[in-house]
Amino acid sequence: MTSLCDLKPGQCATIERFLDEAVSVFRLKEMGLLPGTVVELMRKAPWGGPLQIKVRGSVLSLRRNEASLMAISLA
Amino acid sequence: MPQANGQENASREATVFALVGNPNSGKSTLFNKLTGLKQKIGNYPGVTVERKEGTCYSQHGKPLTLLDLPGTYSLIPRSPDECVVSSVLLGKQKNTPKPDAVICVIDASNLERNLYLASQVIELGLPTLLVINMIDTAQSRGQTIDTETLSKRLGVPIIESCANKGKGLIDLRLAMSRPVTLPKSGTFNRINLAEATLKVIEGKLSESLNKSWAKWGATKNFLHEKIAAREETLIEKRYQAIQKLCEEVLQTSGTCKRTRTERIDHFLLHPIWGGLALLGVLGLLFYSIFALAETPIGWIESGIDTLIETANTYMPEGKLTQLITEGVIAGVGSVLTFFPQILMLLLFIGLLESSGYMARAAFLLDRLMGRVGLPGKAFIPLLSSYACAIPGIMATRTIECPKDRLTTILVAPFTSCSARLPVYLIMIAVLTAATPEHTPLLRAGLLLLMYLLSILGTFGFAWFFKKTLLKGNVTSSIMELPAYRVPSLGPIISDAWNRTKLFIRRAGTVILGISIIMWFCLNYPESKENPHTQLEHSIAGQIGKGVEPIIAPLGYDWKTGIALIASFAAREVFVSTTAIIYNIEGSNEDPEIKTLSQALHKQKRPNGSPVFTPLTCLSLMVFYVFALQCLSTIAVVRRETNSWRWPIFQFSYMTFVAYAAAFIVYQGGILLGFN
Repeated sequence: MTSLCDLKPGQCATIERFLDEAVSVFRLKEMGLLPGTVVELMRKAPWGGPLQIKVRGSVLSLRRNEASLMAISLA
Repeated sequence: MPQANGQENASREATVFALVGNPNSGKSTLFNKLTGLKQKIGNYPGVTVERKEGTCYSQHGKPLTLLDLPGTYSLIPRSPDECVVSSVLLGKQKNTPKPDAVICVIDASNLERNLYLASQVIELGLPTLLVINMIDTAQSRGQTIDTETLSKRLGVPIIESCANKGKGLIDLRLAMSRPVTLPKSGTFNRINLAEATLKVIEGKLSESLNKSWAKWGATKNFLHEKIAAREETLIEKRYQAIQKLCEEVLQTSGTCKRTRTERIDHFLLHPIWGGLALLGVLGLLFYSIFALAETPIGWIESGIDTLIETANTYMPEGKLTQLITEGVIAGVGSVLTFFPQILMLLLFIGLLESSGYMARAAFLLDRLMGRVGLPGKAFIPLLSSYACAIPGIMATRTIECPKDRLTTILVAPFTSCSARLPVYLIMIAVLTAATPEHTPLLRAGLLLLMYLLSILGTFGFAWFFKKTLLKGNVTSSIMELPAYRVPSLGPIISDAWNRTKLFIRRAGTVILGISIIMWFCLNYPESKENPHTQLEHSIAGQIGKGVEPIIAPLGYDWKTGIALIASFAAREVFVSTTAIIYNIEGSNEDPEIKTLSQALHKQKRPNGSPVFTPLTCLSLMVFYVFALQCLSTIAVVRRETNSWRWPIFQFSYMTFVAYAAAFIVYQGGILLGFN
């Protein structure tokens, strides 16, 4: 299973579903990360730092553990 | 009676507008442009959410009250900020009138996500004006918005603006002059959404009914799922509606070329160049609060000295004059000396925030801070605390999650602030007085050791609190990286100025009271025979003697005890108090530290052994690394946490840690045969 974490910088993917419905997932959804949404991975911060992504025209950052909650399919 | 009625009518006559919007939507700039300098900053009662209110005038000159609500992405209350926003809009916030109308600001270049909050606001059913801000940024990206259609679909009037350039302000003022009207029914009609949700929930309910009917406790799960499903389905429904709307009103021309922000990010978030740039920014920040603030601090200090001298010259000699000079002026004056540092740091942070760089710094530092469970944004408050914990603690407002913020506040005073330096320097001088041959290296090493200990304390306790007391990550790490913008200086300066003033006023009152108490403890009861024994005679001296059995295991005598107690007001007091206690003449002259350190080095106990052995000096320094000896910090923590509970807890645990650490150093040293 590929998660958002496995993307390479510059790649786009569609969110399939959330692997775990944790509390923090709610906020992700409110920021527009929903099943069916297209996400572009812009860059990864070095040494396991957060990811920079582009969703619905806005640029966001989130930690890898949260990114790994989202199962994706490559666009 | 008629008069009272008239007054009430007058106060209700000013229409109240609430300003809501996403963070970084330019909401605060708009607020500043509309209200100018007519604004009040405070806190909402019971929480540490900032309350900003201002007066602005409609295009026809009618005064209007404008309430700038905290920036938020959603009205569903999950954080204190969001709670305040929704309760104000629903008219449930104490001491705040229910707004007559809402101005919802959205970022044109981020239409889709910003419409999420706007849709929630419109759904509330209050009269709403939608301001599409930063229309120029959207245009430069080749985006055009059909505002007419959007206005029709949403059922609310729309005003286009570029708040930082002052465009669209007249239109907005005109719109605010018109009588408020409720949103017409449009895409975001409460009933439409509820129906759509209900259908989905029904489907989910029948599913779960079949699956878990037979299981024990199914009803409970069932209810939970019902609530969760309602909220989450609403999010999906809302975004679907927004997406459809955007397809209709938003047109993007031209190819997807890289935006200016992306080009800057390519450099500023680069693993190497970005890191170096960050180092440069942090260095500049540290320099400005450490070195640049020095000169104005000097002016303020000499101003206070002049004031004390003048008071001494023109007032009759006696206890009252002493109370005013040593208690009131010196106490309140000590708060004033923080003014330059606080102002400087708040200005700096304002620049970082409004330029968009703060989020990048947090992005780069997130991994480092994440190791102890804190977000990247906690780094700047902690770094600033190395100059002074007070502006550092005030800077924690940039951290959204309340638990992360509280953790940062609780550990910030462990950082070695500049007030500890005089104490370290004098103790190191005493310690190395016997061995002048390898002094320079030893001194530097000892100072470094103290800073390392403080880093260990800061990060160690941050980790500990996040593991125990303030466990759990309620909020997600998701954070917006807004487009870079040239910051507008006006709002930053007025904001920093207002906040600094607020601190001085609030902390000043607390400190005034405590300084007067401290003055009484040091001066009463009076010693008749010898002014030099006054301290010994005073309440503070009595306490010093009283605590001697407690501090003896740390290697201190009762005189050091007095200095310790006196410096619970402020650490740097240690030096002047020891000078008085040990009766050292000319302690205010230039080679102060040298003479004082030599005098301290020669101090003997009644049995003839030296008071300040190297081990005692070390134990004393370690005590100062960990103890919270600063009234202003306690006052600012009280203000920032809105209760006495946290400052009392912080004071207690830090004193305990300081005692334990000093105990280990001294007793351990004796066991190893170092005395």
